[in-house]
Amino acid sequence: MARLRILYFAWLRERVGASEEEVEVPDGVATVADLTGWLSARGPRHAAAFAATRAIRCAVNQAFAGPQAPIAAGDEVAFFPPVTGG
Amino acid sequence: MDATVRVQTAPFDVSEELAALIAGRTDIGGIGCFVGTVRDHAGGRPIRAMSLEHYPAMTERAMRQIAEQARARWSLLGCALIHRVGELRPGEAIVLVLAASAHRQAALDATSFLIDWLKTGAPFWKKEVFLDGESAWVAARADDEQAAARWLGP
Repeated sequence: MARLRILYFAWLRERVGASEEEVEVPDGVATVADLTGWLSARGPRHAAAFAATRAIRCAVNQAFAGPQAPIAAGDEVAFFPPVTGG
Repeated sequence: MDATVRVQTAPFDVSEELAALIAGRTDIGGIGCFVGTVRDHAGGRPIRAMSLEHYPAMTERAMRQIAEQARARWSLLGCALIHRVGELRPGEAIVLVLAASAHRQAALDATSFLIDWLKTGAPFWKKEVFLDGESAWVAARADDEQAAARWLGP
């Protein structure tokens, strides 16, 4: 089991209904892709938020990370749409 | 190179930022400047406001990395990246990029690079609030990705 801090931004935050949450993930959840799969199964709001997989970007510990990036206990993992600043 | 990187809700003053960049130095030959402002329409619909959110713990680090990449490519003598967040009205300035160099081409190219990468590499998200009260998150634009990617080519 690993404890993670999950953050959501923009429409992901609105769909999940929370800007952040603490979760305990089972040992098999080792990558960002594993985590999105696990989070999707938490409930209908999470499932709706993560349905548009290709439109979701991620950062692990404040650095952009791809689906195969590893995650470990204590990490801060953020999910968000492609950025639109500037 | 000094890089000023700031995220703020308050407006910025372009002349103050220019003065701060120039202060105490005589080696600068030119400064490129880009100011992004809120348009009053989106997709043919009038907008009332633009709401910007960001990922505070990550934003400044991402902006410093972008400044560092510009420094590695051009002989910059200083730069400033200032981005506003919160609710902004049409006509208000959102973002300021300044890049100073001994020669104009480096200053102008670096300014262009910095705004292209700021649009695609820093964690900001815009939401348009229309006159009728509806709102919509701005979708990332393929041409912004292409504008940033053109700097990767030979």
